[in-house]
Order: sequence, then C-alpha cells, then structure tokens
Amino acid sequence: MFDPHILSVSDLSVARGGLPVLAGVGFDLVPGQALILRGPNGSGKTTLLRTIAGLQLPLQGAISGADDRIAYAAHADGLKSMLSVTENLLFWAEIFGYPQIDPALDAYALRPLATRLAGTLSAGQKRRLGLARLMITGRPVWVLDEPTVSLDSSAVAMFADAVRAHLARGGSALIATHIDLGLDADVFDVSAFRAQTNARLGASDEAFL
Amino acid sequence: MKALLVRDIKLAFRAGGGFGLGLAFFLIVTVLVPFSVGPQQALLGSIAPGVLWLGALLACLLSLDRLLALDFEDGTLDLLVTSPLPLEGAVSVKALAHWITTGLPLVLAAPVLGVLLNLPPAGFGWLVASLALGTPALSVIGTFGAALTVGIKRGGLLLSLLVLPLYVPTLIFGAEAARRGALGLDPATPLLMLAGITFATVGLMPFASAAVLRMGLR
Repeated sequence: MFDPHILSVSDLSVARGGLPVLAGVGFDLVPGQALILRGPNGSGKTTLLRTIAGLQLPLQGAISGADDRIAYAAHADGLKSMLSVTENLLFWAEIFGYPQIDPALDAYALRPLATRLAGTLSAGQKRRLGLARLMITGRPVWVLDEPTVSLDSSAVAMFADAVRAHLARGGSALIATHIDLGLDADVFDVSAFRAQTNARLGASDEAFL
Repeated sequence: MKALLVRDIKLAFRAGGGFGLGLAFFLIVTVLVPFSVGPQQALLGSIAPGVLWLGALLACLLSLDRLLALDFEDGTLDLLVTSPLPLEGAVSVKALAHWITTGLPLVLAAPVLGVLLNLPPAGFGWLVASLALGTPALSVIGTFGAALTVGIKRGGLLLSLLVLPLYVPTLIFGAEAARRGALGLDPATPLLMLAGITFATVGLMPFASAAVLRMGLR
C-alpha cells in the first residue's frame, strides 16, 4: 500500500533547551517494522521524536524519508473540548484529505461516544480519540510519544491491534513507551546515545536569552 | 483550509469560544464615552470617528490571545505543523476566522453606535467603509503578535504591548478616512493608504507569522 521507502536517521544529535541530549543516533525503519524507543525519563526520547517529526531542527545529522510521511502523536492529543468526537475526527480527516473516519471509530470503540463533546470524555477516552486520529492521516510512519498513557489494558490491546494492522499494511511505527505492547518489535535504547555534557555541538542557549 | 476555517468559526460560537465578547466590549466602551465626555453633541460628533475606530481596535485586540494560544495548549498546533497544510495558509485562515468572528461584527455594529455618538450623517458610509477595509489588517497583524507570544503562559498583556504599536498606521488612516467622511471632505487619500496597508499585511504577514510560529515551537 505504501511505497517501500524507509525512514532513515543517521548520526543525529538533538538538543533540548539549548543542551544536547542525544548524539550520534542512527537507525533505519523499513515498511512493516515497529521500533520501540526506550530510555529513562529525561533521556531525550521526546526530543528525538519531535526532531524526527520536524517540529525542531537537529543539531547534526540527517533524517531522510520524513517529509509528509509522518503522523505524529504526543502527550497532548490536539482535541477541541467543545467539538464532538466525530467533529474532531472529521476535522483532521479533512486536513489530511482522508475519506472516512468509520474504521478509526470502530478500532478504538468510539462509536458509542461519537456525539459526545470531547471535553466530557475521560482521560483514557480522550487518548483513544487522539490515537484514532492516526488512522485517518493515511501516513505510513507513525511517530508516537508515550501513546499508552492513561489507557486501560483493553484500550492498550486496541492500540496494539491498530499498530499491528498498520504494520501489516506496510506502514511503520516509532514508539516511545515503557510498557510491553506485545508487538513483534525491535527495541532501540536511547540511553546508549547520551550526549557528552561538554560536547556543545553548536548548541546555544539562545532560547533562554 | 476550509475545514480549519469552519472549525475555528464553529469553536468561536460554542461555549467559551468568545464570539460576541469583542462586540460587547465595543458596545460598552462606546456607550461609556458619552458618559465621560458629557452631553455635548457637537463635541461627541467631532470625536465619534476616532472613538469608534479606537473602540473597534481595542475590541479586536481582546480576542487575539486565544487565537493561537488555545491551539498551542491542547497540542493542535504541533499536529497542524506536521499536517499537509502549509503553515502560512493555516495562519491566514486563522486570521480570516478571527476577522469573521470579531472584525465583521464590529463593522456591522459601528453605524448603530455612530448614532449614540451623534456621528454626522455623511460619516456613516465612510465609517463602515474604513472599518471594513481596515479591520482585516488588525486581524492579520494580531495573528503575527499571537504567533510571537504563543509559547508564553498568560502572554495576553505582552501580546497587547507588541501589537498596539503595529496598529498605529491602520488607526491613523482608518480614523482619518472616517473623520474626513464625517466632515464631508474627500476621504480618498487615507482610504487608499488604508487599503495599501491592509493588502500589504494580508499578503506579507502570514509568512512572518508562520516563521515565528515555527521558531516558537522549537
């Protein structure tokens, strides 16, 4: 379904708040592959994912295959509390030019909630809606930052099924998570790439000035 | 693009969306002016164009801090940046939605409030024309200010301080066109200047807004 292009990251250094957190990160993602990012809190997983998603610039290194191929989901779900579940999904469906939201509603059991305002949903339900959004982007590379926060075990299973279906269609996923999703996925530990504190790599504290 | 416009307008009309706040503010400020100036009809009539323009400008300012800040807080902005929509287009559409929900009601309400301020009859048409021509610039410049302050918690006051000086040219030519119209003079020159400001800001400001927004998200 998706062309066999891969996301490729080489010798990537990323900074947060002007300080380099990771250096020399490199990996390839092939279609059908999921890569689980692990590492302790503050090790730079979020920064790495934001850089790959194009929300910030890398200090060094190259990311190829990322343009217009990434569906990004982070801690904030980007939901409007005064819009209903369907309206929220339809908005993103139109932005991404994707025809239908029904499979996404079904995959995360959101149909009973379809007419509820997003603001009245529980934290786990909001998360499910945020993850359902990924399915209507039609993009091959899912870049997910702690997707299972506030999900119960059955919702985690729904998410794992959705990821499996996505991989089966030839998509790929890059997931920062601490729990075992039961996916047949490779693990990439970022703590091995911690940047040396004296390696400035051209980072500046401009953001604090 | 259309989806974003429809969504923003829809959100403005829902609870807490802020539609009508600017209009109500405009109404109250204009009603307060005769109270503070006193019942001097000639004086009110001569200051009416300036007061109405200043009221409209301040009312526009009122809803700017929610223009991008709400989208930033709930993560929508991050997702919009990674979406296929060009960011320049997204900020233009958001400015347009702001104008439709804030500027346009002000333009429509201004003649009614002109009556309260004893605006000379000749001035009504020119007042509406100058506001209709000038308020889009207020929305577009305001969007730039909102983009500059997007990552700052409670950045509303800073936003006002940044944006108000940028509103000066629009205010000068807008109020001057309305004043000349009210006095029966030819308002063509200030109106043309106002049109120039509006078209230049509408054409150029979205690029600046998108650029500072990208920087602010980093």
